[in-house]
Amino acid sequence: MTPTLQIFLIVSAALFSIGLLAALSRRHAIFILIGIEMMLAAANLNFIAFWRFAPKPHQPPVGVMLALFSIAISAAEAAVGLAMVIVAYRHYRTTNVDQLDQLKG
Amino acid sequence: MNGAAFIVISILTLAAALAAATLRKLMHAALSFAVAFVGIAAFFFLLGAEFVGLALVFIYIGAVAVLIVFTILLTRRDIEKDRGFNWSGVIIAVAVFCGLTWAILKTASLSIVAPHIRALTVKRIGEALMTSYVWPLQCIGLLLTAALIGALVLVMEEKR
Repeated sequence: MTPTLQIFLIVSAALFSIGLLAALSRRHAIFILIGIEMMLAAANLNFIAFWRFAPKPHQPPVGVMLALFSIAISAAEAAVGLAMVIVAYRHYRTTNVDQLDQLKG
Repeated sequence: MNGAAFIVISILTLAAALAAATLRKLMHAALSFAVAFVGIAAFFFLLGAEFVGLALVFIYIGAVAVLIVFTILLTRRDIEKDRGFNWSGVIIAVAVFCGLTWAILKTASLSIVAPHIRALTVKRIGEALMTSYVWPLQCIGLLLTAALIGALVLVMEEKR
Protein backbone atom coordinates (compact mmCIF):
# COMPACT_ATOMS: atom_id res chain seq x y z
CA MET A 1 0.00 0.00 0.00
CA THR A 2 1.40 3.34 -1.00
CA PRO A 3 -0.03 6.38 0.78
CA THR A 4 -2.08 8.73 -1.36
CA LEU A 5 -2.35 12.49 -1.04
CA GLN A 6 -5.67 12.11 0.80
CA ILE A 7 -4.10 10.23 3.71
CA PHE A 8 -1.42 12.87 4.14
CA LEU A 9 -4.06 15.59 4.15
CA ILE A 10 -6.13 13.69 6.74
CA VAL A 11 -3.09 13.30 9.04
CA SER A 12 -2.39 16.98 8.62
CA ALA A 13 -6.05 17.82 9.41
CA ALA A 14 -5.79 15.68 12.57
CA LEU A 15 -2.64 17.55 13.58
CA PHE A 16 -4.38 20.87 12.97
CA SER A 17 -7.36 19.81 15.09
CA ILE A 18 -5.08 18.73 17.96
CA GLY A 19 -3.37 22.12 17.79
CA LEU A 20 -6.77 23.82 17.81
CA LEU A 21 -7.76 21.72 20.83
CA ALA A 22 -4.63 22.80 22.70
CA ALA A 23 -5.13 26.46 21.78
CA LEU A 24 -8.82 26.54 22.69
CA SER A 25 -9.14 24.36 25.76
CA ARG A 26 -6.00 24.97 27.82
CA ARG A 27 -5.82 28.05 30.02
CA HIS A 28 -2.04 28.26 30.25
CA ALA A 29 -0.39 30.72 27.84
CA ILE A 30 2.46 28.35 26.91
CA PHE A 31 -0.02 25.63 25.94
CA ILE A 32 -1.75 28.07 23.63
CA LEU A 33 1.60 28.82 21.94
CA ILE A 34 2.30 25.07 21.59
CA GLY A 35 -1.10 24.68 19.89
CA ILE A 36 -0.42 27.51 17.48
CA GLU A 37 2.97 26.01 16.56
CA MET A 38 1.27 22.68 15.89
CA MET A 39 -1.28 24.27 13.57
CA LEU A 40 1.54 25.98 11.66
CA ALA A 41 3.36 22.65 11.36
CA ALA A 42 0.21 21.06 9.92
CA ALA A 43 0.14 23.81 7.28
CA ASN A 44 3.80 23.07 6.47
CA LEU A 45 2.99 19.38 6.07
CA ASN A 46 0.28 20.35 3.59
CA PHE A 47 2.71 22.50 1.59
CA ILE A 48 5.23 19.66 1.30
CA ALA A 49 2.57 17.05 0.47
CA PHE A 50 1.07 19.17 -2.31
CA TRP A 51 4.54 19.82 -3.70
CA ARG A 52 5.40 16.11 -3.71
CA PHE A 53 2.14 14.99 -5.30
CA ALA A 54 1.98 17.66 -8.00
CA PRO A 55 1.70 15.91 -11.38
CA LYS A 56 4.16 18.27 -13.04
CA PRO A 57 7.12 19.43 -10.91
CA HIS A 58 7.84 23.15 -10.91
CA GLN A 59 11.35 24.28 -11.55
CA PRO A 60 11.78 26.41 -8.50
CA PRO A 61 10.23 23.99 -5.95
CA VAL A 62 7.48 26.34 -4.78
CA GLY A 63 6.04 24.17 -2.00
CA VAL A 64 9.45 23.62 -0.41
CA MET A 65 10.22 27.34 -0.55
CA LEU A 66 6.87 28.21 1.07
CA ALA A 67 7.49 25.67 3.83
CA LEU A 68 10.97 27.08 4.52
CA PHE A 69 9.69 30.66 4.76
CA SER A 70 6.77 29.58 6.92
CA ILE A 71 9.14 27.76 9.32
CA ALA A 72 11.18 30.97 9.64
CA ILE A 73 8.06 33.04 10.36
CA SER A 74 6.81 30.59 12.98
CA ALA A 75 10.21 30.69 14.70
CA ALA A 76 9.96 34.49 14.91
CA GLU A 77 6.40 34.17 16.23
CA ALA A 78 7.49 31.70 18.93
CA ALA A 79 10.29 34.01 20.10
CA VAL A 80 8.00 37.04 20.42
CA GLY A 81 5.16 35.01 21.98
CA LEU A 82 7.36 33.46 24.66
CA ALA A 83 8.86 36.88 25.45
CA MET A 84 5.31 38.18 25.93
CA VAL A 85 4.52 35.27 28.29
CA ILE A 86 7.58 36.15 30.40
CA VAL A 87 6.64 39.86 30.51
CA ALA A 88 3.04 39.05 31.47
CA TYR A 89 4.28 36.74 34.20
CA ARG A 90 6.56 39.47 35.54
CA HIS A 91 3.72 42.01 35.67
CA TYR A 92 0.81 39.91 36.89
CA ARG A 93 2.54 36.89 38.49
CA THR A 94 0.38 34.51 36.49
CA THR A 95 0.37 32.82 33.10
CA ASN A 96 -3.28 31.81 33.20
CA VAL A 97 -4.98 33.63 30.35
CA ASP A 98 -8.28 33.83 32.25
CA GLN A 99 -6.67 36.07 34.85
CA LEU A 100 -5.13 38.45 32.31
CA ASP A 101 -8.39 40.41 31.98
CA GLN A 102 -7.28 43.99 32.68
CA LEU A 103 -8.65 45.22 29.34
CA LYS A 104 -12.05 43.56 29.79
CA GLY A 105 -14.85 46.10 29.63
CA MET B 1 6.98 5.63 -0.55
CA ASN B 2 6.60 3.05 2.17
CA GLY B 3 3.18 2.31 3.66
CA ALA B 4 4.43 0.74 6.89
CA ALA B 5 6.77 3.65 7.59
CA PHE B 6 3.89 6.05 6.97
CA ILE B 7 1.64 4.27 9.49
CA VAL B 8 4.35 4.13 12.17
CA ILE B 9 5.26 7.80 11.73
CA SER B 10 1.66 9.00 11.73
CA ILE B 11 0.81 7.07 14.92
CA LEU B 12 3.94 8.44 16.64
CA THR B 13 3.25 12.01 15.53
CA LEU B 14 -0.44 12.09 16.41
CA ALA B 15 0.08 10.37 19.79
CA ALA B 16 2.85 12.81 20.73
CA ALA B 17 0.77 15.78 19.56
CA LEU B 18 -2.23 14.58 21.58
CA ALA B 19 0.01 14.13 24.63
CA ALA B 20 1.39 17.65 24.16
CA ALA B 21 -2.15 19.02 24.01
CA THR B 22 -3.59 17.16 27.00
CA LEU B 23 -0.86 16.33 29.55
CA ARG B 24 -1.23 18.21 32.82
CA LYS B 25 2.45 18.75 33.56
CA LEU B 26 3.89 21.49 31.38
CA MET B 27 7.36 19.98 31.16
CA HIS B 28 6.00 16.63 29.91
CA ALA B 29 3.92 18.50 27.35
CA ALA B 30 7.00 20.38 26.11
CA LEU B 31 8.93 17.12 25.66
CA SER B 32 5.99 15.52 23.79
CA PHE B 33 5.95 18.64 21.60
CA ALA B 34 9.58 17.90 20.65
CA VAL B 35 8.69 14.26 19.86
CA ALA B 36 5.77 15.40 17.69
CA PHE B 37 8.14 17.58 15.69
CA VAL B 38 10.52 14.65 15.22
CA GLY B 39 7.54 12.86 13.65
CA ILE B 40 6.72 15.78 11.37
CA ALA B 41 10.37 15.94 10.26
CA ALA B 42 10.16 12.19 9.52
CA PHE B 43 7.12 12.92 7.31
CA PHE B 44 9.21 15.46 5.41
CA PHE B 45 11.96 12.87 4.93
CA LEU B 46 9.35 10.38 3.70
CA LEU B 47 8.05 12.93 1.19
CA GLY B 48 11.55 13.58 -0.17
CA ALA B 49 12.12 17.05 1.27
CA GLU B 50 15.18 16.20 3.35
CA PHE B 51 16.44 19.77 3.62
CA VAL B 52 13.15 21.06 5.07
CA GLY B 53 13.07 18.12 7.51
CA LEU B 54 16.55 18.97 8.74
CA ALA B 55 15.65 22.66 9.02
CA LEU B 56 12.57 21.67 11.05
CA VAL B 57 14.69 19.57 13.43
CA PHE B 58 17.24 22.35 13.87
CA ILE B 59 14.71 25.14 14.36
CA TYR B 60 11.93 23.44 16.33
CA ILE B 61 13.78 20.92 18.47
CA GLY B 62 17.01 22.89 18.70
CA ALA B 63 15.53 26.33 19.27
CA VAL B 64 11.79 26.53 19.86
CA ALA B 65 11.49 23.53 22.22
CA VAL B 66 14.46 24.75 24.26
CA LEU B 67 12.93 28.23 24.37
CA ILE B 68 9.63 26.75 25.62
CA VAL B 69 11.45 24.78 28.32
CA PHE B 70 13.29 27.94 29.42
CA THR B 71 10.02 29.88 29.59
CA ILE B 72 8.42 27.11 31.67
CA LEU B 73 11.34 27.20 34.09
CA LEU B 74 11.22 31.01 34.32
CA THR B 75 7.48 31.05 35.06
CA ARG B 76 7.57 28.06 37.35
CA ARG B 77 5.43 29.21 40.28
CA ASP B 78 2.25 28.83 38.32
CA ILE B 79 2.48 25.24 37.16
CA GLU B 80 0.40 23.60 39.89
CA LYS B 81 -2.53 25.90 39.20
CA ASP B 82 -3.19 24.79 35.62
CA ARG B 83 -6.62 23.40 36.32
CA GLY B 84 -9.04 24.85 33.81
CA PHE B 85 -9.89 22.64 30.86
CA ASN B 86 -12.49 24.00 28.50
CA TRP B 87 -14.60 21.18 27.09
CA SER B 88 -16.13 23.33 24.35
CA GLY B 89 -12.67 23.35 22.77
CA VAL B 90 -12.88 19.57 22.32
CA ILE B 91 -16.23 19.87 20.54
CA ILE B 92 -14.94 22.60 18.22
CA ALA B 93 -11.75 20.63 17.43
CA VAL B 94 -13.69 17.43 16.64
CA ALA B 95 -16.13 19.39 14.47
CA VAL B 96 -13.26 21.01 12.53
CA PHE B 97 -11.59 17.63 12.04
CA CYS B 98 -14.81 16.02 10.79
CA GLY B 99 -15.47 18.90 8.41
CA LEU B 100 -11.95 18.82 6.97
CA THR B 101 -11.98 15.02 6.60
CA TRP B 102 -15.36 15.10 4.90
CA ALA B 103 -14.10 17.73 2.43
CA ILE B 104 -10.88 15.81 1.73
CA LEU B 105 -12.64 12.47 1.20
CA LYS B 106 -15.23 14.05 -1.05
CA THR B 107 -12.65 15.52 -3.43
CA ALA B 108 -11.90 12.74 -5.89
CA SER B 109 -8.92 14.48 -7.51
CA LEU B 110 -6.93 14.12 -4.28
CA SER B 111 -6.70 10.32 -4.34
CA ILE B 112 -3.49 10.15 -6.35
CA VAL B 113 -0.19 8.41 -5.70
CA ALA B 114 3.09 10.27 -5.80
CA PRO B 115 4.70 10.58 -9.23
CA HIS B 116 8.38 9.91 -9.70
CA ILE B 117 10.32 13.12 -9.40
CA ARG B 118 13.94 14.14 -9.59
CA ALA B 119 15.58 14.15 -6.14
CA LEU B 120 15.51 17.59 -4.56
CA THR B 121 19.13 18.40 -3.86
CA VAL B 122 20.37 21.20 -1.61
CA LYS B 123 22.03 22.69 -4.70
CA ARG B 124 18.65 23.18 -6.38
CA ILE B 125 17.16 24.72 -3.23
CA GLY B 126 20.14 27.05 -2.90
CA GLU B 127 19.91 28.10 -6.55
CA ALA B 128 16.19 28.86 -6.17
CA LEU B 129 16.80 30.81 -2.94
CA MET B 130 19.57 32.87 -4.54
CA THR B 131 17.84 33.59 -7.84
CA SER B 132 14.04 33.78 -7.91
CA TYR B 133 13.53 33.94 -4.12
CA VAL B 134 16.29 36.36 -3.15
CA TRP B 135 13.89 39.21 -2.32
CA PRO B 136 11.66 37.14 0.02
CA LEU B 137 14.83 35.71 1.59
CA GLN B 138 16.08 39.19 2.49
CA CYS B 139 12.65 40.14 3.84
CA ILE B 140 12.60 37.01 6.03
CA GLY B 141 16.08 37.86 7.33
CA LEU B 142 14.94 41.38 8.22
CA LEU B 143 11.76 40.03 9.86
CA LEU B 144 13.68 37.51 11.98
CA THR B 145 16.17 40.15 13.09
CA ALA B 146 13.40 42.58 14.00
CA ALA B 147 11.41 39.90 15.86
CA LEU B 148 14.41 38.72 17.89
CA ILE B 149 15.43 42.30 18.78
CA GLY B 150 11.81 42.97 19.73
CA ALA B 151 11.72 39.89 21.95
CA LEU B 152 14.94 41.00 23.66
CA VAL B 153 13.62 44.53 24.23
CA LEU B 154 10.37 43.11 25.65
CA VAL B 155 12.04 40.98 28.31
CA MET B 156 14.78 43.45 29.25
CA GLU B 157 14.61 44.59 32.88
CA GLU B 158 13.73 48.24 33.25
CA LYS B 159 16.29 50.38 35.04
CA ARG B 160 14.76 52.47 37.75
